[in-house]
Amino acid sequence: MSRTRRLKLRVFRTAVFLVLGAFFLVPIGAMFEFSTRGNGVTAPRTLDAWTAIAKVPDLLPAISVSLQLAAITAVAMLVLLLPTMVWVRLRLPGLSRIVEFICLLPLTVPAIALVVGMVPLYRWIGPNLSDSILTLSFAYLILVLPYTYRTLDAGLAAIDLKTLSEAARSLGAGWGTVMLRVVVPNMSSAILNACLLAVALVLGEFTFANLLAFENLQVAILYVGLVSAGTSIAVAVASLLFAFVLLMILSFVGRPRERVAREEPTGIPGPFGPPAVPQGL
Amino acid sequence: MTAAGISAVSAAARPVRGGRRLPLSWLGVVPFFAYVGLFLLLPTVIIAAGSFTTKDGGLSLSNFSGINQPYLVKSLANSLVVSAVSAVVGALAGALLAYAVVTGNPRGILRRSVTSASGVLAQFGGVTLAFAFIATLGTTGVVYIFLKDRGIDIFPNGVVWLTELSGLVLVYTYFQIPLMLIVFLPALDGIRPQWREATESLGGSTWHYWRYVAGPLLAPSFLGCTLLLFANAFSAYATAQALISQGSVVVPLAISNLLTSETGRAQPGLAKALALMMIVIVMVVMVLYAVLQRRTSRWLR
Repeated sequence: MSRTRRLKLRVFRTAVFLVLGAFFLVPIGAMFEFSTRGNGVTAPRTLDAWTAIAKVPDLLPAISVSLQLAAITAVAMLVLLLPTMVWVRLRLPGLSRIVEFICLLPLTVPAIALVVGMVPLYRWIGPNLSDSILTLSFAYLILVLPYTYRTLDAGLAAIDLKTLSEAARSLGAGWGTVMLRVVVPNMSSAILNACLLAVALVLGEFTFANLLAFENLQVAILYVGLVSAGTSIAVAVASLLFAFVLLMILSFVGRPRERVAREEPTGIPGPFGPPAVPQGL
Repeated sequence: MTAAGISAVSAAARPVRGGRRLPLSWLGVVPFFAYVGLFLLLPTVIIAAGSFTTKDGGLSLSNFSGINQPYLVKSLANSLVVSAVSAVVGALAGALLAYAVVTGNPRGILRRSVTSASGVLAQFGGVTLAFAFIATLGTTGVVYIFLKDRGIDIFPNGVVWLTELSGLVLVYTYFQIPLMLIVFLPALDGIRPQWREATESLGGSTWHYWRYVAGPLLAPSFLGCTLLLFANAFSAYATAQALISQGSVVVPLAISNLLTSETGRAQPGLAKALALMMIVIVMVVMVLYAVLQRRTSRWLR
């Protein structure tokens, strides 16, 4: 590579990183700035907006409910998806394409469109089953399917499932033992990844909650914003930081073992190979 | 923890041991198919069926002719324009970023940080993102005040374009660029330095290399990724709802208004027709994306 070209490339890279770096960092910094403003132009910095989080009615319940929804969705996802995927790999390999297709289907059905079809469903669930906000996890389970499917699929592909399960079965283990003591420990990082993804997605979810008239964290943030902009932005920053931490754990520490050996991680494992299509935007 | 699912599986498993395998092993996947049938396929069927029926249950196309109202046509046009512009801008900026990343050390900290941060930022949307931009460029935002103190008014004549369509495009680029990086990086990684050396040894310039070698190789992937970005922006709802609180400016907002109209003028049939239209558009775009990705993989990797 000639010297001028190397220099040009260097200038180009620096310019790109500076401009885009500013574009991505300034709004996040601005949220911090906004949430620490005092009343008035010259007022000193305060943490009033942050301490007010605990005082705003409806906010703490919304936070707790969103955390519960995240936990329920993650557990339900594992209970429904993992045994099915293991079973399909071992006994019904012919079904694997269909299961994959179904799991990726929510990507081509925008959340705002899917919720239109869910409204009648929830109109039935409300009076007949429960009108608790926790019923939202039914919908959230569908929402997280594509992302968690890819992650679990990568984890399953990395272990020799057939040999492991046959070995365990020939030693007298039942299917429950195979799942809990053989499969799960062998793909713990993939399971952790799938759970973190599910949690991050549920905590950021707005569309379903808003249109099914439930108040989860994101809906509450929007409502609080109408009354007190500072506080709502403080909560937004807090929830953002929480999601950042979760997803950073995901892309740095909790990489599935099989990917460490290969080239480079591309962040979050996505539904179409590396790509990850964000949902709930 | 996974007791329920496992008991379903093992219940199916025990008879299998006995001999006749095929019929009973299907039981293991029943919970999964029942669930997605109920919460994914049924809603889709409800949308499809509901968009072809009237309020009293008769079969009709009236919901689709209902789309032909000025404000809905306008919202569809707005949606297409916002998605297309934010996809193209996001794709160009994201491709530049990906190129800047790929020309660096493949195992460097810079590359790891950028890819990880992109994974996070591509998921960052909705209410929080809208608030971030309001805190930045809103009329009380840091950057707005900073610029105004120096005599630059980014909202000339008091038009706060941040909460209008152009603002939506700007805010959408915030998650489009990282998404582009994630989906486009593998294609760029597939480009081999030998191809450039070969071009040079044959007397080709940088222009020739990009015009006749790298360009054509990357074009299908770039186009496909742009389509993915388009579908992504087209489906986005929460960001628009938080940024533009009123009106049916884009299709998702129109659907939401038709669904939750407080004045008792909710039109579920029309909402379903719009939803069906969205699904069809996104599906077509995603199929094209998959086709283009397949074409890319012929040469790269």
